[in-house]
Amino acid sequence: MSTRYTEDHEWITVDGDIATVGITTYAQEQLGDVVFVELPEVGRKVSKGDEAAVVESVKAASEVYAPLDGEIVEANDALADAPGKVNEDPEGAAWFVKIRLADAGQLEGLMDEAAYKAHLEGL
Amino acid sequence: MADAETLLSTPLTDLHRELGARLVPFAGYEMPVQYPAGIIAEHAQTREKAGLFDVSHMGQAFLVGPDHETTARALETMVPSDVAGLKPGRQRYTVLLNADGGIVDDLMVTRPLGAENDGRLYLVVNASRKDVDYAMIAAGLPGNVRLEPIEDRALVALQGPMAAEVMASHAPAAADLAFMGAAEMEFDGIKVHVSRSGYTGEDGYEISVPAGAAEPLARALLADERVGPVGLGARDSLRLEAGLCLYGHDLDETTSPVEGGITFVLQKRRKEAGDFPGATRILSELAKGARRVRVGLTLAGRAPAREGAEIRSTDGPVIGVLTSGGFAPTLGAPIAMGYVDAAHAATGTQVKLVVRGRELDAEVAAMPFVQQRYYRKPAA
Repeated sequence: MSTRYTEDHEWITVDGDIATVGITTYAQEQLGDVVFVELPEVGRKVSKGDEAAVVESVKAASEVYAPLDGEIVEANDALADAPGKVNEDPEGAAWFVKIRLADAGQLEGLMDEAAYKAHLEGL
Repeated sequence: MADAETLLSTPLTDLHRELGARLVPFAGYEMPVQYPAGIIAEHAQTREKAGLFDVSHMGQAFLVGPDHETTARALETMVPSDVAGLKPGRQRYTVLLNADGGIVDDLMVTRPLGAENDGRLYLVVNASRKDVDYAMIAAGLPGNVRLEPIEDRALVALQGPMAAEVMASHAPAAADLAFMGAAEMEFDGIKVHVSRSGYTGEDGYEISVPAGAAEPLARALLADERVGPVGLGARDSLRLEAGLCLYGHDLDETTSPVEGGITFVLQKRRKEAGDFPGATRILSELAKGARRVRVGLTLAGRAPAREGAEIRSTDGPVIGVLTSGGFAPTLGAPIAMGYVDAAHAATGTQVKLVVRGRELDAEVAAMPFVQQRYYRKPAA
């Protein structure tokens, strides 16, 4: 399945019932230099819209919201020592969390790439 | 905050846009928070080479009276510093005080060189406090001294270890300035007012330039490969590392110079005379210590703590609050400053900072966090 996006500038790829979530290139550009990422503990149940992570840039802290309901099954601990990866490779190596989806149907509510591009153009 | 329609620009706003700056509202102005290089790179540029800052939003003004003594004494009714004793060509950091000894603003005051400037003092105040300051100053002046806000000049800062070399090729006279010295001079033929001071902890200059000449001056500096443009984001991280206060955050109308740890604004003559607003409180705090004081804090982990975070003692009670906090690019670690009860202010005191409901380990630390490298003129 292709990559999905939220209006809050997260990307989501899905493999089976596991969604990998990160923030988009646009989001990291807006944040500027990322100096710290706070990730949720594995095993935590999240609902769509819950605060799932916090990204700290030099200037400010920004929340990252869970894009879907589910359970955190993995967090990208490599970001603890190398938060700058979020700027370098936001849509690859700097994924934030993997979530076991509670309801794959929620994916239908997310934007595809074309819709996200249109969303960015409207900003 | 003014909306986008009413934001003021500076003589350099078009240049910022051309350089790809991200412009944000700040104190009623549209100002560059960062350029494409980003805050960490701009911070390093200033620490390692030279950074160019547009600080034209700050308030420049003259106090004009019949002679230095009269003008200085008029200002001294509002500040605790020795202004009368300021020598020509010297600049001093001071604070406007309210009747309770609280800080209305912090500012730079310069006594210009030259007999033709006798009776004039040049002030630079915070952008966010211009209106408050000017109203307060104007109301406090005697009839023979007047305040003249300067609306037709830009102000830029060139800061960093290479600032002096860079300036020397455009304005040779700048090399002769001592730290906190000031003079009129020519920069590539442009008449400018230059002081050797800044807000980064580095050697450098602040250059007051006629608005129409600001862009040629900025372009001349940026053409030098040692110079890069630096936005307000790095200006904030640089001043925090240097342990310098940001008005409205680390200083406000409730904080006194003693609480703020800036007692160097009080010179001996004024302390002895006790003839400044709030002298009763300030002299009492000087003698007995203030109830709360500004301290620096280093954090044990990587997570930054921001302004407003509670400071708790290791046994639980709230002992203070952060007034500035962020990431120190030079140190690669988070730092902060805040006010704590005096009993917890000793360097090395362990504390907790409450961030998103969690307690982060921190320690009271000496400031500056990064050694200041102001220029000291060699003895003649």
